[in-house]
Order: sequence, then structure tokens, then C-alpha cells
Amino acid sequence: MTSGGLRAAVVVRRSESFAVGVELEVSAGTTVALLGPNGAGKSTLVSALAGLLPIEAGRIELGGVVLDDPQRGVFVPPERRRVGVVFQDYLLFPHLNVLDNICFGPRSHGARRAEATSRAETWIHSLGLEGLESRRPGDLSGGQAQRVALARALAMDPDLLLLDEPLAALDVTSRTHLRRTITEHLDRFPGPRMLITHDPAEAFLMASEIHILEGGRITQTGTPDEIRLRPRTPYAADLAGANFIRGTAEGGLVDTGTALLRIADEKVRGPVLLTIRPNAITIFPDRPEGSQRNAWETTISRFERLGSRVRLLTAPPTPLTIEVTADAARELRLHPGSPVWVSVKATEIGVQEDERESNSQSDR
Amino acid sequence: MHRHGPHALDTSMTLWRRVSAVLLVVFATACRNGPSADEAGDVQEGVGGELLVSAAASLANAFAEIETSFEAAQPGVNVVLNLGGSSALRTQILEGAPVDVFASADVGNMNRVVEAGEVSGEPRVFARNRLRIAVPVGNPGGVAGLDDFGDERLLLGLCTSGVPCGDFAREVLARAGVVAALDTNEPDVRALLTKSELGELDAGITDVTDVTSAGGRVEGIDIPDELNVLADYPIAVLTGAQNPRAGEAFVGFVLSDEGRGILAKHGFTLP
Amino acid sequence: MSRPSGSRARRRRTPLPLLVLGCLGIVLFILPFLGLLSRTPWGRLPALLAGDVVTDALRLSFLTSIAATAISLLLGVPLAWLLARVEFPGRAVLRGVVTLPLVLPPVVGGAALLFALGRRGLLGGALESATGLLLPFSVWGVIIANTFVAMPFLVITVEGALRAMDSRYEDAASTLGAGPWTTVRRVALPMIGPSLKAGLVLTWARAFGEFGATITFAGNLQSRTQTLPLAVFVALESDRDTAVAISLVMVAVSLLVLLTLRERWWRVP
Repeated sequence: MTSGGLRAAVVVRRSESFAVGVELEVSAGTTVALLGPNGAGKSTLVSALAGLLPIEAGRIELGGVVLDDPQRGVFVPPERRRVGVVFQDYLLFPHLNVLDNICFGPRSHGARRAEATSRAETWIHSLGLEGLESRRPGDLSGGQAQRVALARALAMDPDLLLLDEPLAALDVTSRTHLRRTITEHLDRFPGPRMLITHDPAEAFLMASEIHILEGGRITQTGTPDEIRLRPRTPYAADLAGANFIRGTAEGGLVDTGTALLRIADEKVRGPVLLTIRPNAITIFPDRPEGSQRNAWETTISRFERLGSRVRLLTAPPTPLTIEVTADAARELRLHPGSPVWVSVKATEIGVQEDERESNSQSDR
Repeated sequence: MHRHGPHALDTSMTLWRRVSAVLLVVFATACRNGPSADEAGDVQEGVGGELLVSAAASLANAFAEIETSFEAAQPGVNVVLNLGGSSALRTQILEGAPVDVFASADVGNMNRVVEAGEVSGEPRVFARNRLRIAVPVGNPGGVAGLDDFGDERLLLGLCTSGVPCGDFAREVLARAGVVAALDTNEPDVRALLTKSELGELDAGITDVTDVTSAGGRVEGIDIPDELNVLADYPIAVLTGAQNPRAGEAFVGFVLSDEGRGILAKHGFTLP
Repeated sequence: MSRPSGSRARRRRTPLPLLVLGCLGIVLFILPFLGLLSRTPWGRLPALLAGDVVTDALRLSFLTSIAATAISLLLGVPLAWLLARVEFPGRAVLRGVVTLPLVLPPVVGGAALLFALGRRGLLGGALESATGLLLPFSVWGVIIANTFVAMPFLVITVEGALRAMDSRYEDAASTLGAGPWTTVRRVALPMIGPSLKAGLVLTWARAFGEFGATITFAGNLQSRTQTLPLAVFVALESDRDTAVAISLVMVAVSLLVLLTLRERWWRVP
């Protein structure tokens, strides 16, 4: 396995009206998320990188080896690329048991049964799949199947890991638990890793760099914070607008370091990620009436018009993106520098357990 | 009337004819209009309706012409010809097929029907047939006579035993002292003739009439009279006949001068 | 899935028309066999079955039907693959042609084979001079006739299964390093396994019962080309008891084969 990263310039036409034209780089040892709505071209890109779809123009290079270069007539078929793919619906071979599924990669590359089995068992152990070796994919739970799919991709010792919507098929509980497992293994994987998703929380939590894909084009690249604070398109704004705040929870209260917020869940403890939608935050000219609300005083630091909506960013120490109608903004006479009170109900704050210790910084 | 369709289909035609004939008869029986019981008069008058005639395959062409002439003479009658190997026809009759007239290619099969009590009156021999060797045009196998039937290198065929043509052929070969090196036993004469015609067989033993009826499509090689078999073809009206009057009329026609003339024209020997 | 025990178990009731028609269907199938059994000369049966006409025909039928099935497997699966997975001009026409033997009367098939592979046929003459092999009137003729009428069953079944199968599994296999042939061998074919088995059973059954094409193309000679169906046909002309005995053998053999290939083989995923 090489230590090189992925450099790709991909142009693929999918239909009369839709083409994917993308340039990106993923260095070894980093996780990049490709974030976009459905139909943006994410699966096309995955197929192109995996070699299932030849590109029409551009170049794909992995670890210094050219995989696809139409101009020079170079095309490496998928079975000779070392791209490990974890598919959205896993695609575990139904006629093989777990062990044989995981062994499939090594054996296809020429390993003997014994060697393949021992490699498979390493990953089985690592992903907590002991005891499931002789089960068929049909008898696995969603979470188990996900881990087998990951093990299968890792067992073939790939140069690039592609995860296509890895958590999409899971229920909420499994999702959290698995995100931790996957992130762990991603972090340990020495090569470049790409995560394809439509869920901003996933991208935010698992990747160090996010590329936003819309209509076949990358519309913004940056760290999660950069995207969050400076979205360049409405879609990015929508994503970013979901305020993400890290904190520590205890008995219904979350300490974010700069504020103490009340949440609806009294049982959760430890590091959490809070999400607050921009239109769930209310603005008042003065301190609001009533109790049980998270309210504080701040000023407007940024004011942005987006059609009939107005997007506001409040000042530190707890910057929040807030969305109001243009009419409301006019009524309240909001402009940069306006002093305001903001408030959000405990029930409007989404809470997710977060295992990452470090705070969100530009680089990880 | 000529044979319909490609010759190779004759085998299936035989089978289908049997099936369809039985089916046809079932329907015909359901909506029969035979002559009414109290109609007086000559046998020639008031004869009408359907007439089912089971005839040996060798009689195909001859009986087709007889059918036309008979229907012209008796406009009220519709003759339905059921052609096939005599043993198959015999089986059908014994299993209860509502046949009016049976014309067999050998006495053996007719006797079986007589023994079963299915024959009304006495069968009459109306024609005779000899055997002849049929070879493809040009005689590619260079067949000269019966002795060649022992040649392993040639592709040779007979009718299956059980069918008159097959039994007689075996008798003839036995008389000639030839141990036949057969390659196939065809279900009936027409199938055998077809394969000879196509050149897939070098020679087959069929009837004189069959060779004649094939026109120029096969060549014939004579079998010496002292070795040959003269097969009697009997005809009879059956006791189970639905239309016995028309049946008698038909038999009468076959035995008449006109009928005999037609038979002779097609190569049959007359009794 | 277990049902709750006791009389409280909920059963779906069959609509009456369905029941009546279904029973009529049962009668239609059973009646001919009852007819056969009623004519069986039980006393003479062992003697009839021991005769060499029957044993020759039995041996020949097994030999040729199994050979035809094997050839169908060897040629039919790749053909099915081409029809299911490869785009080429005239594919629909080819599929139609492959299906023809299912629709045409077998005798027509036999005649066509004769015109193509007979001594005077398109290729037959050349084949004979080159290899000395004459197909009509030989065992090989029987095998070819059987293959011709039976192979379409396999092709249609396998093609259907390949189309129904999610081809993304093959994508997954290739990303894991499996080349095209390995993918076919280790993923595609195992995944259509049940359909393939069902197709093979149908193919064998069709070949075993083939009559029209065999008698037209290969002729009819005991121990060389006279399979069980031909033997019945011939026996019907002269010796009904033998015909019934042979028919009974065919029914028994077919039933045995179809029953031992248990129900799970018919399951299509």
C-alpha cells in the first residue's frame, strides 16, 4: 500500500442535461467528506473513482499511479485498482457467510485460504464481529452488516477508502454507535479516505475537510467551521445554518464553554453535539418573558439578505446563525451592531453524543 | 389432391391426422345428420352426411382421388380420410374410434378387427400391392437389389415391424436370405419415403404404389417376383359405423370399375 | 414461521371458485395416469420390463438426456449471459430464435436439423467428409435433437435470473479485486444457483421426453437411436402391453427424479 493520496479531476456526463465536473484532492491520512443533496452526482463520483464508470475527461491518480486518463488512453479496471468501497446498501454477498465475504477481497487478489482467513480474522476482531463468522448476511442486524462491509473493504488492504452513505440505512441508535466505530477505523487507516454523505452532522463529525457537491459541481471546500461560518451557496447555508455547538451534558444542562444551555434530555451525560436550526431561534429587542428558556443578550455581527429571508450571525462568545423573515427583520430594525436578546427552547435543541475529545478547530 | 405441406412433415401429419381425426369425429358425432330412418329408396339416393374412412398410408394418393370422384357421384356425402399405419388404425378402431370404413394394407390387421367383432359382413380384397426398393434420385448408394441391404456402409431403412410394410419387407429379406444392416425403422411408409427422397437414406423398402406416387422424386428398383410379397388390401364397413349406408356406398365405389381404374392408375395390382 | 397452536390459529380461506377450478385441474392431471394404470398388465410387467427393447431404450434415454443437459449447460449459460448482459445489434431477434424450439412442433425442429446436418444438409456433408461423423441415425443425432429442443429452457431460465439479479453485486466484487471471470464464477453463478438448478431439471425433463425431433432427425433403431418415447410409439402399433409397460417406466422415472430434487431446488431468490 502506498502512502500517496488521491488527486482527481473527473468529468462524466450522465445524461443530456447533467454532467459531473469535479476536482479534488485527498491526502493520505485525512478524511474528506463529499456532502451534497441527492442527485448531486455523489454516486457518479464514487463509481468513477472505483473504476466502475470511465471518465470522459480529466485524470484520476492515486498514490502516484494514474488510474484513469482518457487523453492518454489509460484506464485501470476496477479489479486492479485498490479502492475499497463500502456501499450504501453494503452489497454483502448473500450466498457467502461473513467470513467468506471478508475473505473475498484477499482471495481475489491471490491470497490462499489460510492467509485470507487470518487477515479476515484480524478485522473481525477489530470490528467486534467475533461469533458471526458463519452467519449469512441475511441474518445480520443493520449495524453488524455495516461493520462486515467495512471489514470486507479494509481486508483487501486498499489504497483509498470510499464510504458511500455508510450510516444512511441505520436507525438513530445504531447510527451514533457505529459512527464512533467507523471514525476510529477511519482514523487508523493510513491512506486517503472519502466519505460521501448528505447528512451534515456526519460530515462535520467525521471529516476534517468538506467538499460540497451540488449539481455535479463542487461549490465550496473547507473545514467544517469554514463552511459553517461562511457558506457560499444557499444549500451550504442551509447546512451551515444548523448550528453545531459542542459541550458537556449533565442532568439536562449543557456546558458549551461559553454558555449553559438547558436541553430536554435529562439523562444524557458527557460530550455532546448540539444542533439548533436557525429558524428555531427567536429574537427579541428586550429580555423575553417566561422561564425555562435559554436566553441571552448579544449583538448582531452579520446581516445577510437571502431573498425573502434574512440570515443573521450573532456575536461571540456563542455565535449563532439565525434566520428570520425580511419583514420581521425590518420590524425589529435589525442591522449589524443591533443589540438583541436571543432565545431558544430546550425542546428545539437537538442532542447527539459525541466521542471526540478535541474541540472543533480548523485542522485535526 | 396432392399431399399438403413439406414432405418431412408427413410423419407429424400422420400423428396429427390420427389425433385430429379422432377429435373431428367426436365433434362430427355431436352434430351428425345422417339419413333419416324412414326415407325409402335406392341406396344411392338419400345417402349423405359424414363418412370417416381409415385407410393405410399407401392408399393416400389413390384414396384422395377416389374421395373426389365419390363425392362428385354422391354430393351429399363428405368423406373424411384418416390415413396412417394400418396397425395404428387398427388400434384406434379397437379402442372405439367411430370409424365407418377400414381399408388396411394387410390382411393381418383386418383379421384382428374381425376377431374383435368390429366388422360388419365380410372384408373384401380390393387391391394388391407389391414391395419395391426406393432410392434417392441418382441412386448415390449404388444399390442394385436386396443383397445390398446387408451392406453396413449404406444407410438403410425399413418400416417398423408391426406396420404391414415393415413386416412384409422383413419377410422378403428373409426369403432372399439377407441379414439387414438397418439404420432406422421409420414409423410408416411416408416417413421412410421422405428420408429416401431427401437422400438421407441410401435405400428403403416400400410399396410399388408409394414409389409411383412419389413421382420423379425417388427411383425404384424392382424386387424379383419370386421373392416379393403380394399384399392383399382388404376393405370393410365396421359395425360401429355411424353412417353405414354411406359406408356401403363407398366400398361399392372402391370395388366398382371406376374405383378399380383409379387404383390401377396409382400402381396397385387388381384382384 | 410457527402458527399459534390450537384451534384459534387463523387460516386464510380459499375462495370457492379457486378451489373448484383447482380441483378440476388436479383431475385433468391425474386422470390420464389412472387410465394408464388401469391398462397395466401387472402380471406380465416384470417380463415386459426385462425385455431388451425396454432396457436398451432406458439406457439410451438416460444417456442422451443427460448428455443433452450437459451440453445445454455448457453452451446455454454463456448464451444466456450474452442475451442478458451484453448489448449487441439484433439481440432481440436472437432471443426470439433461441425461443423458437419451445414454440415449434418438435418434428419441425427435427426436419430443420435434417436440412442442416443431414447427409445432404448444409453442413452435414462437410462434417461427414471431414470427421466421418454422420449425425442422423446415430446416438449423436439423438443427443443433438434433444439438445435442440431442450436447451431453450435453460437459456430462458438463466437469462431471466441474470436479469433479475442485482448486477451491483458484480460491481462490488470487482472493486474487491475480482476479474470478470472470477466475478461470474464466484458471484453471479452462485447467486442464480436455484434458478440454474430449476432450469437444468426442466431441460433434462424435456430431453428425456423428446420424440418428434428425435424420430425425424435421428431415426428409430433399437439400442442406437430408439429412446423410450420412440419405443412406446412403436410398441403402440403392435404390442399395446409393452407400450403401457414402457409408459409406466417413463412416468416412474420422471416422478422419481422430480421428487428427489426436493422442493428447495425450485425456489428462486
